[in-house]
Amino acid sequence: MSVKEIFETMDYGPAPESAAEALAWLVDQGDRFGHFINGAFTTPGEGFDSRNPATGEVLATLSQATQDDVDAAVAAARSAQPKWEQLGGAGRARHLYAIARLLQKHSRLFAVLESLDNGKPIRESRDIDIPLAQRHFYYHAGMAQLKDSELPEAQALGVCGQIIPWNFPLLMLAWKIAPALAMGNTVVLKPAEYTSLTAMLFADICQQAGLPKGVVNIVTGDGAVGEMIVAAEVDKIAFTGSTAVGQRIREATAGSGKELTLELGGKSAYVVFDDADIDSAIEGLVDAIWFNQGQVCCAGSRLLVQEGIADRFYDKLRARMDGLRIGNPLDKCIDVGAVVDPVQLQTIQTMVENNTAGEMHQVSCVLPENGCYYPPTLITGLETSDPLMQEEIFGPVLVASTFRTPAEAVELANNTRYGLAATVWTENVNLALDIAPKLVAGVVWINATNLFDAAAGFGGVRESGFGREGGWEGLTAYTKPKGTAKALAPVEAVSGEGAPHDPLDRTAKMYVGGKQARPDSGYSRAIWGKSGLLGHVGLGSRKDVRNAVEAAAGAKGWAKATGHLRAQILYYIGENLSARADEFAHRIDAMTGKKGGAKEVETSIQRLFSAAAWADKYDGQVHGVPIRGVALAMKEPTGVIGALCADEAPLLGLVSVMAPAIAMGNRVVLAASEPYPLAATDFYQILETSDVPAGVVNILTGVHADLAKPLASHLNVDAVWSFSSTDLSAQIEKASAGNLKRTWVNNATATDWNVDHSKRFLQAATEIKNIWVPYGE
Amino acid sequence: METQSPERTAQLPQLTEPRNPGTALDLDWVRAVQANTSAIERRAATLSGRRSVKKDYQAAWLLKAVTLIDLTTLSGDDTVGRVRRLCSKARQPVSPALLDAMEMPAITTGAVCVYHDMIETAVTALKGTGIPVAAVSTGFPAGLSPFHLRLAEIEESVKAGAEEIDIVISRRHVLSGNWQALYDEMKAFRAACGDAHVKAILATGELGSLRNVARASLICMMAGADFIKTSTGKESVNATLPVTLVMIRAIRDYYDRTGYRVGYKPAGGISKAKDALVYLALIKDELGDRWLQPDLFRFGASSLLGDIERQLEHHVTGAYSAGYRHSMG
Repeated sequence: MSVKEIFETMDYGPAPESAAEALAWLVDQGDRFGHFINGAFTTPGEGFDSRNPATGEVLATLSQATQDDVDAAVAAARSAQPKWEQLGGAGRARHLYAIARLLQKHSRLFAVLESLDNGKPIRESRDIDIPLAQRHFYYHAGMAQLKDSELPEAQALGVCGQIIPWNFPLLMLAWKIAPALAMGNTVVLKPAEYTSLTAMLFADICQQAGLPKGVVNIVTGDGAVGEMIVAAEVDKIAFTGSTAVGQRIREATAGSGKELTLELGGKSAYVVFDDADIDSAIEGLVDAIWFNQGQVCCAGSRLLVQEGIADRFYDKLRARMDGLRIGNPLDKCIDVGAVVDPVQLQTIQTMVENNTAGEMHQVSCVLPENGCYYPPTLITGLETSDPLMQEEIFGPVLVASTFRTPAEAVELANNTRYGLAATVWTENVNLALDIAPKLVAGVVWINATNLFDAAAGFGGVRESGFGREGGWEGLTAYTKPKGTAKALAPVEAVSGEGAPHDPLDRTAKMYVGGKQARPDSGYSRAIWGKSGLLGHVGLGSRKDVRNAVEAAAGAKGWAKATGHLRAQILYYIGENLSARADEFAHRIDAMTGKKGGAKEVETSIQRLFSAAAWADKYDGQVHGVPIRGVALAMKEPTGVIGALCADEAPLLGLVSVMAPAIAMGNRVVLAASEPYPLAATDFYQILETSDVPAGVVNILTGVHADLAKPLASHLNVDAVWSFSSTDLSAQIEKASAGNLKRTWVNNATATDWNVDHSKRFLQAATEIKNIWVPYGE
Repeated sequence: METQSPERTAQLPQLTEPRNPGTALDLDWVRAVQANTSAIERRAATLSGRRSVKKDYQAAWLLKAVTLIDLTTLSGDDTVGRVRRLCSKARQPVSPALLDAMEMPAITTGAVCVYHDMIETAVTALKGTGIPVAAVSTGFPAGLSPFHLRLAEIEESVKAGAEEIDIVISRRHVLSGNWQALYDEMKAFRAACGDAHVKAILATGELGSLRNVARASLICMMAGADFIKTSTGKESVNATLPVTLVMIRAIRDYYDRTGYRVGYKPAGGISKAKDALVYLALIKDELGDRWLQPDLFRFGASSLLGDIERQLEHHVTGAYSAGYRHSMG
């Protein structure tokens, strides 16, 4: 077109970013890559092509890692780890800082390579992915610097296996590697097979930065390589990807003692109230669901609009969609690039084709002939029962429904198995700050969407996984308390025979929903002391677990009670226990045949007081994120926690679990010490007299092995802990995969209950939700 | 009055479609308006990264920008000679050699904008060119002279040959929420303009919030403004992208509800060719191509043209240009 013609049409025209430098870099590497192990690239082996999804052209050939490659990488990481940790925080900080600087120096090379490999618009890789990756290394250079002074009780986990997805290749690498290295771990990382090129460039950077050999190892390949890493002798697995694979990793690592964090899928709600700035909310949707072609785990993919404005909102949204520009990812003037691979494109096409409900609007632009392109799509008028309202599409497809009231908005938003992120648009600060805590999600954005920063934790709840990346909260995923645990032998019940010591029979029941309950099974077993029969307890079964969880789930109000009130009740429990201290001490001694009862009761009272003290002091944080606004890191109760309590400390083991859990607003289902259950059954009398609301604490008795499975597999339980001397860790973690419960199991190691571990319990009893609140008038 | 030449048809506001007659004052609509500052700033801040115009496209867009400029002088030391020089520049804003190199016909700026006393000079200097003369009015820039004098000033300027009148609103009506007063004032100004087209200057830098900008924009359109304009150029903060976004979204809403297209003029602070491109992209994306014509969009600017000329020469020659190579306005 001539200048004069363009003057008339005012078209945008092409604005391509050059790929020359990135392609030249690939040529310099021989267009073939081995793995990066122990500070050097291996000779390229059997492998697969890495293609540009916008054109289908082969960019380079990557190697499929063998078992030997993975073993070599893990061995290199293992041997490098002690020295890396001993280098100290300040020493590691210098290396992380050097990496950040080099990422910055080569920022355009990274950006172009990323867009070539992944298909995302150059605007996104240049303005978002690469700067954020740099930011994570800068931020965690700071965390390394502060580690020794601020986290003196923490130590590195060791070798971390890290498996990352294809949607934000370099950024996810940074999220994984930066905190791991900062805390003194070494890593074996596998990038996604579609998008490994920037990881290769990163390896190049590690060499340039003089990073010690073996600290970072990168192996390439498909899911089979991921499985090898999961099975390898590593201390932790960090995975970002689909929920289905996350569940398989949970099962595969069950009982192995490997730490695990999972950042999985989502179907994040995007809630627009009728007082919102509608044009801004619509612009937000562009960044929510058409960002990175919708291939974003936290994409605002489920639009919920208040009924009164829905029609107008949809009209404006469709008009806005029609202005989106789709095309060559390296064009600086496009909004939507290519989907990562033909396989993903096919998945999106099939899901949309199978939908018959609602009304569909697709941008009617001409898509490039070659390459994996899918038009931005809106489907309105869907209901919660339509599959597309529930299933993650992972493409540029927005589904929409309406709501009537704030309460209904919350219900609809939370009507999902996922819980990654949510967005709320309203100009009413009361409404915004009321809704945000009610949304079941790890991240909530108010009047904004897809804001990320290294200083604010990111991660989900429910089946979106567990663990946080970024912020102080992210460091716990790469550290553990100093010290080593001793082995825990099974604790046997005292056996005996003969008549009861006290001829008046007292029936110890279970405690469910604030009431004493007989076992559903109708069976009981005898509890003996050295001096004779002490009593009987019910044999709990799956039905009792069901009833207890139902009661716990129903006691929702406890989570909303003030910290002050929860503290008062915990103090009251302590007070009432103190009043009957002698009786409890005597009972413990009678069951265990030892003389530690008095001390155990006294320590239990201390635990209750500690938890009461923390109830209104375990504060969240306000993160310093680089916007005009705040990111409120709020600590929320995990939910319903099921726990198999310690066998060896019948009262203290139970109280140590219960007190911090309920202090944070959780409801608990506690399986009493299996050999010595009568302290727990006596204890419910204390609960009954201490104003503990019904359902907040539920106590079951019976065989831990029988209670573990129904508790760990119950889909309405949010976390399951085991301190049982029966080693049920593997069984529990495996069963927990169904809804991806948070697990804390002892792997047959002992806990010293005389030591106050309240902080660890408080941490396990809370989830950190980051609520981003930009402001400004 | 002169007869309308084809060029004038393209430049004068709303000659190609019906003028905005205004509507009744709809306070429900006004009060329902929201403007989330942070979100609007994010959109404005990321726009230049999302849109890029290169090579011939950039040249064509910059030429378009030239035709959208209200070439302006609003100084106490304006003289007949100064205004004539400006008008001459308006007739030939880009050197014929550059235009030839791009195979472009002659272009002119959108209008010339002066104070009342300079109208006659400008009208004479622009005779036969089709370039309209715009006059700032109503006690510009503060708008605090007696109301009847402000109306009289409009009438005098129209009589003197101004075809566009840039009025200033009473900021105090916005700041005190007296929407009825603002509506009545604007309606009176519009009536005083007669056939001359009226641009309502909101002085957005003095309105306190983007929500107020949105509300004032709506009120002025309801009262019959042909254009809404950001600033006098005399406030400490003049045209900005966030303010622009708010005002053009108000224009879009007004068009959606009434079917009338109102024009937009950012003024003050736009001095770089690159900034002009960002503005044009914002207009194109938010309002559509129809608004990229001089009857619906103007830049109120004085130094922008010089930068555009330098960029155009760079486009033609491949070498960076110097200011003195282009005629001053």
